[in-house]
Amino acid sequence: MFVACKDLRFARGRFALMGVVTTLIALLVGLLSGLTAGLGRENTQAITSLPADRLVFAAAPDGESVSFADSRLEKTTLTAWRSAPGVISADPLGIAMTRAEAGAVNRAVAAFGVTPGSPLAPDAKLDSRQAVLSQRAADELRLTVGDTFRLGARQLIVSGIAEGSMFSHTPVVWTSLDVWQPLASPRAVEVGRDDQAGDQATEADDPPVATVIALRVDSSASPDIGAVDRRLGTRTVTVEDSLAAIGSYTAENGSLQLMRGFLFLISALVIGAFFTVWTIQRSTDIAVLKALGASTGYLLRDAVGQAVVLLVLGTGVGTALAALAGVALGDTVPFVLEPATVLFPALTMTALGLLGAVLAVRRVTAVDPLTALGSAR
Amino acid sequence: MNLSLTDITLTYPDGTGRLTALDQVSLEVPAGTVVAVVGPSGSGKSSLLAVAATLITPDSGSVTVAGRETRTLGPGALAELRRNHIGVVFQQPNLLPSLTAAEQLQVMAHLAGRRPRHARRRALELLDTVGLSQQADRRPHQLSGGQRQRVNIARALMNEPSVLLVDEPTSALDQERGAAVMNLLVNLTHERCTATVVVTHDRSHLRAVDRTAEVHDGRLAELPPPGGLISRRAPTTT
Repeated sequence: MFVACKDLRFARGRFALMGVVTTLIALLVGLLSGLTAGLGRENTQAITSLPADRLVFAAAPDGESVSFADSRLEKTTLTAWRSAPGVISADPLGIAMTRAEAGAVNRAVAAFGVTPGSPLAPDAKLDSRQAVLSQRAADELRLTVGDTFRLGARQLIVSGIAEGSMFSHTPVVWTSLDVWQPLASPRAVEVGRDDQAGDQATEADDPPVATVIALRVDSSASPDIGAVDRRLGTRTVTVEDSLAAIGSYTAENGSLQLMRGFLFLISALVIGAFFTVWTIQRSTDIAVLKALGASTGYLLRDAVGQAVVLLVLGTGVGTALAALAGVALGDTVPFVLEPATVLFPALTMTALGLLGAVLAVRRVTAVDPLTALGSAR
Repeated sequence: MNLSLTDITLTYPDGTGRLTALDQVSLEVPAGTVVAVVGPSGSGKSSLLAVAATLITPDSGSVTVAGRETRTLGPGALAELRRNHIGVVFQQPNLLPSLTAAEQLQVMAHLAGRRPRHARRRALELLDTVGLSQQADRRPHQLSGGQRQRVNIARALMNEPSVLLVDEPTSALDQERGAAVMNLLVNLTHERCTATVVVTHDRSHLRAVDRTAEVHDGRLAELPPPGGLISRRAPTTT
């Protein structure tokens, strides 16, 4: 690193420029990673925090992917899953996107219908007249425990406020299944202006009992989930895989991950291009050093060492700025500041940048020391 | 014998045939001796130097440096040989622009894995020897042509080589500075007992050297006087 360090100091303008570029890319990658995780969390938090191993969906026709928006499960299906071998518990979960009104405030919410007292239900009391709000829903609707609000056609009392939970970018409101059922059926909502009429209409239409069923299985019993799926016309996936069933999450996360991937690629190419030009500029010096007895390994270590210094400093500063930005932004944007969203992208960018640099400085091996005898400097 | 070239033949591709750059050349240089190799442009002087510096492997013949036959050595061993036993003074100084005069010498010690503190002290001593103690912290662009060439010489001596190969050391210098550089090389050779080969087209400095040989059309011939140590195995005519 003797010559490398001297070069870094001597050509500080060029390396500073490249360092700034690396810093800006790292900042962008850091911000995008935090934002991707934040937006992803706002999409999936209510699902990933479910106390379940797998979720059962109604199978989509013709091999299409399952979706929370399209899945509807009947009571017979629920009963069959509860009695399936190896299943510890099967709890219905209804999900409906609707609006909640509290005075003049009207907000979109995700109504999560659960069986009161089930593992899926929050701690506070739930029944046909009470609901539990997520903290975000309570904040947006300006409600506290004991206040009333309107969810679809129902007037409900806030029985409790739970920790923040989001689904598809909307705050969650937990209700009992009988409150959720009219919300899941458009006709029920239409006729359900009167609470009693709503109940009668949904009952008469044989409404779905759940959107999905949250399963906990005894893995030691090796339950044949696939066989039950085929028999009941359902599709069971892990909680992690079920996130793809949230339409907005798949599209949004895919786009953001693509952007992030391109940034990684761009950083590798930019670093590689810089070190390609730098190595070509230094080819006379390299020839001289080879003629003086420097081994190819020594010269490669020297060149890669320069790349490491540049990448570590540039990425480090960029990542630190991204972390500071995340702290400064606070709750104004969905930004997740965690090692996975800050350090992992930085390490990935450093590794890919280093790969680009290594590919670029390989040309050190091709420099002929003989050229030093005829070169002028 | 610190440097021994025996029956060296070197050819280059030339269209459909091959051009003979060195033809059965032999040269032996003992420690403490300066041999000047003269000849017109394209006669094979630089090729001779490149072979002696182990930068080119000849078609046939053997090169022995500090008692080591180089034919069987791999690239790593040849690099180690150049690092520790061969000093090269380039025609143009070829100093690294990012390094000061002292650092140009220190890098040689670094290549050889020597301790930095010791290397700095030795670099300053050598710069003092070539009269550049006041310019130790200057970069190449802050030095004159003669000063750069002296740094070039000092760099070649940094690892105490047994063989010093010098390529046209006076080509970029005026007569006075050229003579000073040549005298410096001769004095250092005698003081440090190196086997020195100086390739030059400038015959005005030959009085300073111990022996002189001429390359013509790839063949080496001794020039009188003083004579004695140059092999006469190569024919003088084509």
